[in-house]
Order: sequence, then C-alpha cells, then structure tokens
Amino acid sequence: MKIRKIILIIFFYFSTFGNSFSIEADIFVQSTVNRASKILSENLSKKEKINKLKLIAEETVDINGIGFYTLGSIRKSLDDNQKKKYSKLFREYFLKSFSSRLSEYTNPEIDVLSKEVLSENYTIVNSLLKGTSDRPEVKIDWRVYTKNPENPLIRDLIIEGLSLARTQKEEFASILNSNDNDINALFNTLKEFSKN
Amino acid sequence: MMKKFLIIIFTTLALTLNVNAGSDGDLILKKNEPTEVKDCFEKINRVTFAFNQTLDGAIFKPVASLYRKLPSPAKTGVSNSLENISHLLTIPNNVLQGDFKQAGINTGRFIINTTLGILGIFDVAQYLGLTNYEKEDYGQSLAKAGVGPGCYIVLPVLGPSTLRDTVASTLNFLGGDPWYNVTVGKDTQYFENSDYYFSKGTSGVDFRAKNYDSIENLEKNSLDFYASVKSLYLQDRQQKILNSRKIINTQDDSDWEEISQ
Repeated sequence: MKIRKIILIIFFYFSTFGNSFSIEADIFVQSTVNRASKILSENLSKKEKINKLKLIAEETVDINGIGFYTLGSIRKSLDDNQKKKYSKLFREYFLKSFSSRLSEYTNPEIDVLSKEVLSENYTIVNSLLKGTSDRPEVKIDWRVYTKNPENPLIRDLIIEGLSLARTQKEEFASILNSNDNDINALFNTLKEFSKN
Repeated sequence: MMKKFLIIIFTTLALTLNVNAGSDGDLILKKNEPTEVKDCFEKINRVTFAFNQTLDGAIFKPVASLYRKLPSPAKTGVSNSLENISHLLTIPNNVLQGDFKQAGINTGRFIINTTLGILGIFDVAQYLGLTNYEKEDYGQSLAKAGVGPGCYIVLPVLGPSTLRDTVASTLNFLGGDPWYNVTVGKDTQYFENSDYYFSKGTSGVDFRAKNYDSIENLEKNSLDFYASVKSLYLQDRQQKILNSRKIINTQDDSDWEEISQ
C-alpha cells in the first residue's frame, strides 16, 4: 500500500514537473519577438543591436538544423570534417545575415495570432507584422521545432507564404550546381559573405 | 486572322480544361513545385536578370523611392484603383476556374468600388463584407486546368515568369483583358492607349515601393540574388495557383525529419 502511494506520488511529481517546463510554441514565439523588438527600439548603436540580436538567434533558432536542411541531399556525402567546417561557416553566415536583416527594422510590432500543430515535432505559429506608412502589414508564420518541448527552436520563417529556409536551400543548390557540386565553392562563398 | 488565332487558343484551353477536370490539388501542387521547374535558359535568364536590375536601379527604384514619400492615403488610393482595374482580368479567370461564387463576389466588388468608391480609389466593398480579394490570371487558370509551368524564364522589364504564364499572358492582348480592350484594343472616346501603359507602369512602381526594403534587404543578404528571386517567385506562384496556405502543410518535411539536434 505504502509502495503504491510512493509510486503514485513520484509519478504525479514527475508528470507535473515535466509539464511545468514545456513551453507552448506560440508563447515562445511571442516572447522571442518581444525580446527582439525591445532591442530594436532601444537607443543603441547598430553594432550593439546586431550583437544582442545574434545572442537571441543563438538561443532560439536551430541554426545547425537549418544549415543542414539548406544544404540539401549533398549533406549525405560530406565527411565529418566537412560537416564540421560547414556548420561553422553556416553559423557565421546565418548570424550575420539574420541580424543584418532584422537590424533594419525599428520597433517592429508583431502580434501572434494562432498556432497549428502539424505533428509532434512541428508547430506553425501564425503572426502579423503591423503595417507602417512605408510598408503594408506582413503575415509571418514560424515553423517551430518542438521535439524537445522544453526547448522549442525556430526552424523557418514563412513570410506571406514564402519560406526563407526553402529560398536559402534553392540558393545554395544554385551555387553548388554552377560549381559541379563542389562543396568548397560553397565554403568560399560563405566565407566571402561573412568577411565583407 | 486574329479571330482565328483567338478561337484556336480558347478551344485548346477549353479542351485542356475538360481533359484535366479531375486534376486534384496535390497534383497541381507537385507540378508547380519550385524545385520541379527547370531553368532551361539559365544563361540567358541571368543576362536578362542583370539587365532588369540595371533598369530597376535607373528607373523603378528612384521612382519608387519618390512614390514612398507620398502621404499614405494617396498611396492607398493608387493601390486601390489599380487593384480595382485588376478585377477585370480576375473575374473571367474566376469563371474559367469554375469559381462562380468568387466571380460574383468580385463583380460586386468591382461595381461597388467603381461607383461608390469613386473609380476604385476607396475600397468600399470591404466594409460591406466583400473581402479577401485574390488576383487571378490566365496562367493560373491554365495551371488549375493541369498545365505544367514549363521552363522558368526571365522576361525583359517584366521579370520572372514561366513558359506557361508567358504564353497565357498573350491572351490579355488577344481580347482576354477587358481593360486592354477598352484602352488599347479598341478606339473608345473614354480612354487613351496611354491609360493602359500608365496603369501598368504605376503597378510596377507600386509593387516596388511596397517591397522596397524587402528587396534591398534580400539583395544585400543573398549569396545568389538571381536564385533567391527565382525561388521566391516560384513559391509565390505556386501559392497563388492553389489559393490556399496548403503549401505550408504539404511542404516536404522529409529533409527536416532527418535532421536531429
């Protein structure tokens, strides 16, 4: 009887414990957006903003996952050293490109509207970037990787139905195609981008 | 001669519509999948793309930059009137795609906005519940009928397209676009040829102005700007053909699934 009670208590404790740490995808996106908006509206230099945005990206975006998705099927033919080198170069490229794109905005207002659970691993969070006098409102959907519910990660931004990860994947494929699928050509292009 | 040509095209279109009446959304989605569209003329396309970029830098970008300085109500008015004119092409395509309900809604929108909305300057129809306007064209109607996109091509001045969409757009000049008919096609006392070309030019500037920062940003951060534009254009086209957000649900996840943390 006592053992049964203990087991029940342990089971209850762990199930509550587990739930309390899982983060809902929409709350995760709204909080990430709020953090980024706060930085963008602060009176900081562009360089400072970029550095702070990079930190948010490293915490909330699955950079490694996006990198390998973007590489397409060629990733299967890379050896471990090439994979390591690619991951490093992609991370530098991604952080530079991501923060540079975001830092152009001043005080963007994004409202999370709804979410759609696609599978155990993916949830699409729908949001709206409010329009200004210079641009119309923009629908932004976030593909959130929820395999680890305690640490959801962003894997794609779908802006007005256009996937950024997919665009990047086709861009990389084009570079590889025009260089006989030589991965070194892609390495050089990524290096060049991060250097400039 | 022209009449004969028109009849041939419409008969072909009608036949294709019948033959492929059973095409379902998934098949259309697959046919228009950006990765499935071949870039058969890549070298020429890249040259044309570079030419268009130069043209953009010399004309569209500076004009769009000035246009952006106009007060918001003026820009909204211009956008609304251009959208109102586009109903004239959308309505026949709603009918061709068998979407009679939407054809009715869009006809209502056009009549209300042209009259109460003062030549489309104000979108009065949306306040009467006629919302969710989606532009349609002959390329989309052909795609819905099951015609594949063919090769990707970049047209001088006009930009990205596919063989199917380019061929389909010639229908606009063969009687398929009522706005073209009343301005350029026929001599009417109400409109000049220049009205048509002015509306098309303004559409280009309006599009460029609305996407000014996004285009600049994309160009600055792209490793291959040509490939990025191609991908975005084809994704956008695929979505417009389906008139749905299905693309998100059916996007191939197999690549993602293999990647674990």
